[in-house]
Amino acid sequence: MSLLEPRPQPSQRMRWLAPPLAIVLTLLCGAILFALLGKSPAHALRVFFIDPLRSSYGWTELLLKAGPLILIAQGLAVGFRARIFNIGAEGQLIVGALCGGGVAILSQGSEAAWVLPAMVLAGGLGGALWGAIPAWLKTRFNAEETLTTLMLSYVAGFLLAYMVNGPWRDPDGMNFPQSVMFGDAALFPILLEGTRLNASIFIVLFAVLGFWLFNARSLLAYQLEVGGLAPAAARYAGFSAQRTVWLSLLLSGLTAGLAGVGEVAGPIGQLNLNLSPGYGYAAIIVAYLGRLHAGGMVLAGLLMALLYLGGESAQVALQTPAAITGLFQGLLLFFLLAADAFVDYRLRRRSRPAAAPTVEVTAHA
Amino acid sequence: MLEHLLAILAATLPAATPLLLAGLGELVVERTGVINLGVEGMMLIGAIAGFACAVETGLGAAAGLPAGALAGMAAALLFAVLALSLAASQAAVGLALTIFGIGLSAFIGQHYVSDSLPGLAPLSLPGFSAIPWLGPVLFHQDAMVYLSLCLFALVWWGLARTRLGLLLKAVGEAPEAAHAIGYRVVALRYGAVLFGGAMAGLAGAYLSTVYTPLWVQNMTAGRGWIAVALVVFASWRPARLLLGAYLFGGVTILQFHAQGLGLALPVQLLAALPYLATVVVLVLISRDRRALRLNLPASLGKPFLPG
Repeated sequence: MSLLEPRPQPSQRMRWLAPPLAIVLTLLCGAILFALLGKSPAHALRVFFIDPLRSSYGWTELLLKAGPLILIAQGLAVGFRARIFNIGAEGQLIVGALCGGGVAILSQGSEAAWVLPAMVLAGGLGGALWGAIPAWLKTRFNAEETLTTLMLSYVAGFLLAYMVNGPWRDPDGMNFPQSVMFGDAALFPILLEGTRLNASIFIVLFAVLGFWLFNARSLLAYQLEVGGLAPAAARYAGFSAQRTVWLSLLLSGLTAGLAGVGEVAGPIGQLNLNLSPGYGYAAIIVAYLGRLHAGGMVLAGLLMALLYLGGESAQVALQTPAAITGLFQGLLLFFLLAADAFVDYRLRRRSRPAAAPTVEVTAHA
Repeated sequence: MLEHLLAILAATLPAATPLLLAGLGELVVERTGVINLGVEGMMLIGAIAGFACAVETGLGAAAGLPAGALAGMAAALLFAVLALSLAASQAAVGLALTIFGIGLSAFIGQHYVSDSLPGLAPLSLPGFSAIPWLGPVLFHQDAMVYLSLCLFALVWWGLARTRLGLLLKAVGEAPEAAHAIGYRVVALRYGAVLFGGAMAGLAGAYLSTVYTPLWVQNMTAGRGWIAVALVVFASWRPARLLLGAYLFGGVTILQFHAQGLGLALPVQLLAALPYLATVVVLVLISRDRRALRLNLPASLGKPFLPG
């Protein structure tokens, strides 16, 4: 006998309650963890979640980190809705950064206005191309996209390592595995003097709006969703499963590639081995936490960005390891999945009240 | 040339051991109809638990390996509660376990970055190791290489010849039917998932206490994912898994011997080979949809809650 029984209908209330519930439980776990580390939980949580946002600079950093997460999550959500699990956005981000960064390196010294747009274009296309490989392998050879996208992420990592150790290494960089610093023409303009917030945030805004319209208004988005929920029905209605795979992986590759350009033409300003702190993986959590909803993912992306900032802040103020961010990310996803079980199921009641007597009582009353 | 080939052969066995261990565990799990994508996370948790235990007790791998297996099992329990009792999406929970494992192992591991361990001395099998050429290569390995082969034999025999194996396979093919005739589907799946966790944890601890006896963040480097892919490559059969693990062990160490073999490729591109090879074998195996469906445990990935 199981603890759970299916609900007659999925609970919409639970669907939207699950993310805040997961956040509260993660905070609770965090407090316990800090206590175990011998830190005052209240103080530690303040350092983690409040202190980074005390200054206006902190808020711009939040937007800077949330940008790529939100952007990638928007693309991933298209596939997730259609049950296409691209978990290799990290690799698509890296290839996007490589292609965009390549344009900057090859046009080094140029002040031309076309450099940045060309980088954005190359990065988006590069990411989409890296997503197209698993799409082709899936549609042509039936290869599971979960494993192929992830394997290609490792390949992308080695490709980046090769380029910054070989052809594109900065000749004056004392043999560090990194490229030259990009010139101004290859960087997004800074929006607020004294901060790192740059114009790439407009790409994110544009993408959020675009995906919101796409999901709310287009027939194609509906077809994708039906394809995920009821493949047989979708086939019967003539929706192409192949197109779903292609569209999902191309779009998520595109957004991840754009996010990669945003990093190298933004706060990083060059190609190096640490150009992404795992944004491609964290964006998966953002997509789920934001319920695959364009607006929801904005909130979730901001929260996940705060986890990155809080990790850095706690590292400085409390000497906790930087890896604590990854730990919180994992916990958050666990709690979310546990809470999500209660969307479709509910706790089994001990003694089930028989239906008939209830009706009788109401009839008499 | 022959020397190089023998050296590659000798290095292949230990390189394949973690893949074989983790793959065997995942194979049993998948035969019961459950897919746990958290192998990478469980390996990392096993690796750091094993390393920490080996250092703290001063007993080395003798303490580290069992500790790793236990830690992997604990991580698998987390998966089982969410995916089996709460019927959450197995793919999502497995992914969460990997993300969690990466975070947790890096978090604990920061205390152990500069430590190192003695490793395990190779064990010569008397008699066999005297065979010319192949003897010292195949029969002069650490104890875990032999143990992994024993575990392989155990899993093969268990699945093919025992009542328990038959039950596990029945649960994977037709959970409703198994439930209807009175078998406890969820309990059997719990058992399989915990076994898979122990094997993944053991594989991780082998990496951190024997293979390269030091702690490096993310040291499993995707081996957990390769193990999952190997199970597909093996068509869910232990003997083919053994073959696949040794094949991939060989590919993994190729990068260290490329120069000797006259391959003038950049080291980063050679390092990408196992991952590219994984994609290639996935394509080769998945291409034949009918054969794949024939071998695939029928209930793979579908949650089952007894009514």
